[in-house]
Amino acid sequence: MAETQPLRGPFRVPSAADRPPKQVVRLNVNGHAREVAVRPSDVLLDTLRDDLGLTGTTRGCDMGTCGCCTVHVDGRPVLSCLTLTLLAEGAEIRTIEDVAPAGTDLHPVQRAFAQHGGSQCGFCTPGFIMTSVALLARRPDPSDEEIRREISGNMCRCTGYNKIVESVRVAAAELRGEEVASVASPGDLDVPRGAYDKPAGAYRSNGHGGGKSR
Amino acid sequence: MTSRDSRSPHGVGQRVPLIDGPSKVTGTAVYTDDIRLPGTLVGKILRSPHAHAKIVSIDTSAAESMPGVRAVVTGSRDLRTFGVLPISKDEVALAVDKVIYVGDCVAGVAADDEETALAACEAIRVEYEPLPIVGKADDALKECPPEQKLHPDTRHPSNLQKQVDQNFGDVDAAFAGADHVAKGNFRFIGVTHAFTEPHCVIAHFEPTGRLTVWSATQVPHYLHRDLAAVMDLPMHRIRVIRPMVGGAFGGKSDPFPHEMITALLSRRTGRPVKIRFDREEVFLTNHGRHPTKTSIGVACDGDGKLLGLDLDALIDGGAWGSFGVVTTYYNGVLSVGPYRFDNFRYRGRRVYTNKPPCGAMRGHGAVNSRFAFEVLIDELAEKCGVDAAEFRLRNLLPSNTTTLNGFRITSNGTEECIRRVVEASDWKNKRGKLPYGRGIGIACGFYISGSALRINWNKVPQSTAHLKIDMDGGVTVHCMAAEIGQGSDTMLAQCVAEVLGLPIEWIRVFSRDSDLDPIDLGSYSSRVTFMAGNAARRAAEVIRGKLCAAAARLTGYDAEGFDTRDGHVVWLPNPAIRVPYLDALLEAIAGKGALIAKGCYHDAPPMGGSHKGAAAGLSPTYSFQSYVTETEVDPETGFVKPVKVWAAHDCGKALNPLAVEMQIEGCLHMGLGQALMESFGYNRATVGNPSFLDYKIPGPLEMPDVEVHIVESDDPEGPFGAKEAGEGPLLPILPSLANAVRDAVGITMYELPMTPDRVLKEIEKKERASAVREASEAANPKETVR
Repeated sequence: MAETQPLRGPFRVPSAADRPPKQVVRLNVNGHAREVAVRPSDVLLDTLRDDLGLTGTTRGCDMGTCGCCTVHVDGRPVLSCLTLTLLAEGAEIRTIEDVAPAGTDLHPVQRAFAQHGGSQCGFCTPGFIMTSVALLARRPDPSDEEIRREISGNMCRCTGYNKIVESVRVAAAELRGEEVASVASPGDLDVPRGAYDKPAGAYRSNGHGGGKSR
Repeated sequence: MTSRDSRSPHGVGQRVPLIDGPSKVTGTAVYTDDIRLPGTLVGKILRSPHAHAKIVSIDTSAAESMPGVRAVVTGSRDLRTFGVLPISKDEVALAVDKVIYVGDCVAGVAADDEETALAACEAIRVEYEPLPIVGKADDALKECPPEQKLHPDTRHPSNLQKQVDQNFGDVDAAFAGADHVAKGNFRFIGVTHAFTEPHCVIAHFEPTGRLTVWSATQVPHYLHRDLAAVMDLPMHRIRVIRPMVGGAFGGKSDPFPHEMITALLSRRTGRPVKIRFDREEVFLTNHGRHPTKTSIGVACDGDGKLLGLDLDALIDGGAWGSFGVVTTYYNGVLSVGPYRFDNFRYRGRRVYTNKPPCGAMRGHGAVNSRFAFEVLIDELAEKCGVDAAEFRLRNLLPSNTTTLNGFRITSNGTEECIRRVVEASDWKNKRGKLPYGRGIGIACGFYISGSALRINWNKVPQSTAHLKIDMDGGVTVHCMAAEIGQGSDTMLAQCVAEVLGLPIEWIRVFSRDSDLDPIDLGSYSSRVTFMAGNAARRAAEVIRGKLCAAAARLTGYDAEGFDTRDGHVVWLPNPAIRVPYLDALLEAIAGKGALIAKGCYHDAPPMGGSHKGAAAGLSPTYSFQSYVTETEVDPETGFVKPVKVWAAHDCGKALNPLAVEMQIEGCLHMGLGQALMESFGYNRATVGNPSFLDYKIPGPLEMPDVEVHIVESDDPEGPFGAKEAGEGPLLPILPSLANAVRDAVGITMYELPMTPDRVLKEIEKKERASAVREASEAANPKETVR
């Protein structure tokens, strides 16, 4: 018995000619107005990553099961892989790239994830941070149980979640203005140059901060 | 300066957040799919819908003539086979003549966009002639004509790939003379890694004739070697780059067909080609933990001294060899610790079936046998009337010994692990004393810290690190040890920071580019901290020598007296004599240029027996674990809810306690998944649940409270005393939970996962049996003996 049968599908993949034309939508992404040409079938995840270059939002499953692609639409966490771009027109879209304040500062949630083991491979991390930021905006002092419920839509395979819960808890405290101990100590050398014993005759400065002529 | 022992504020023993954390939490970390090269084509793979079928014909003409399609490739005998182990290079980039699992690669397409590539795949006409499917491991053992073998060239007349027979002592005599014997037949369904980042690869065959491949891989070096074989190029014309990897757990530790296909498509088109899997493809190509049937017997004397272990594992390998030969050994030989016994027999058989290939997954080879062994130990302890923790303590291997099969044991913290978790969990007041439906269980673990011998028999060191310091003072560390989220870059930086006495921000790690970074064999078998850590440490020690010599020249004091610490080169006999690091550096560089050094971890000292397979499982050192798990079991529903885990792990020395905790908790979560719910289901040979909707993984609400106890046995050969923490901590969680379930409701679970229906069935079986017993006791009161 011979048969021909492609694996993909009962669905038919439309060829280029069958596809509906693109249309231009105006999106408000991270506080900036953007115009993008999209097809009606395009999802926000593709638009963000492929058209706007916002690759911080990651793609884990394309079917709403992993939460990696979580972004904010009007302040609510949504799965961008299940959100049609056309339907996001006019809404305030916020991605991981807009969470940190200006410069290289980190948002307290980001800092907590980085310092308390909330991120290992980092692939799911942007999604968790978007979910957590939205939670803390709504509930500044969530219980661990509430944190666990809220992040249940996000999947992490590295951490076992407990350190993520801890990260959110620490971030919540910092956002409430409480004192939070930093794990990382400052990393720069505070070392005065040339401040060492120089036995007479053993050393002549070469004007380059040290060295000796022989 | 402070009371800490380390030379650097971020040196050994300090809680150091992962150095790539800031890029990960801001979304600026670059994974393979985030890379956009100009002119990149989208690659897609046409996969087999058949588990086993002859390919009668492939017609790609319609696909090739579609606008936007740039290349179509199909299998050819001219392409070399490949595979991670030199002894089982049985994989092909694209199917030749037949397909052997659903998802097998039949054709590759490169097109201008994804829709066109998918449409082109649809347009390829393949005529198949189905062959009988080998679905079960038992069927694979049956003799069959060569054309029904998945791999006709193997020497067995069936689909058996590898058989291992090992025999130490006299198992039959030991069992015959034993006071107590426990036996069981255990069944383990497959589980998979379920990393969050789907496989992704970009290949660019450049006009210079060089091939650059960016791939989410744990083993860039093995990928490099196999690309050279398949593409028929010398290795120096290939450059392998490992971008950030979004989790791997063993699932990215094979060179893969999709990597070869992408390279072939790029050679055909001269353009960069990217293949990114969807989640279904990740499931279809699996490489996860093997479905296994484990028959096991354990014997002890009346005092609870272990006498022997009799083990048989039938391992369902799926379509390809992958790491399977190693898996076959590991299912047996990784059971020889942490307990001492004198008689051991193992038969392991790995078979080919028409399921997706299985491979290495966190705890590779050890997990299933460990579960069976530890569950039966509890049964034996009960038969002897000895407490389960005490039973284990009585049978431990000591430090600095040799196992019956020749493994060299050096540092060994098992006893402290057991004592710590027994004490912390209040074991003595809980075991056997909690109300029905609540229980507590213990189990131990034992795992390699890297393989003592290389996969490829050559003299390339297992790991090499290069260091460079120029006048800016920053330290560049080069080493191909693959950072896959486990924190190996941070580990390397810490080792160097410790030796040089510098803050970690001064250290930058490059571990991703085969053109720039020296060979490390990859992130598998829990080898990286031990081997790459040693390599980096040794390179840094060379540099430290140069800094000390420079400080001696500057000050006139002897070089031997100097050491690096907290940004200074300090003369130890009088620490007031100290030269700032940058001054010493510039003196060292003067007239010579940047400081450069290399260090390597070549080989463990000679060790091991001379029997066949003696090298399998040999490791320069081993990690040890003991966990106590407390759980609730609802006797009405069979629902198991672990409440708290006390997890003690001997990692030699915690270079970074934060990172060790992260590894232990992650292991524990993954092990709980296999224990409670994860199940790679098959309809005959087809994956029945290829999505996260149907492949259930514990979520945040299912995670118990975890209390980590780090035990430090100070390994004599590990970097600063360290050994692995990435895989061993997975082993004890499954059996400690099963033993807690047994304590809670009195049932033994011989099959994983412990889903409510299975648990309930066992509870009902037990209740029926005790009802029968009670009835018979009531009828014959004199026979009441218990």
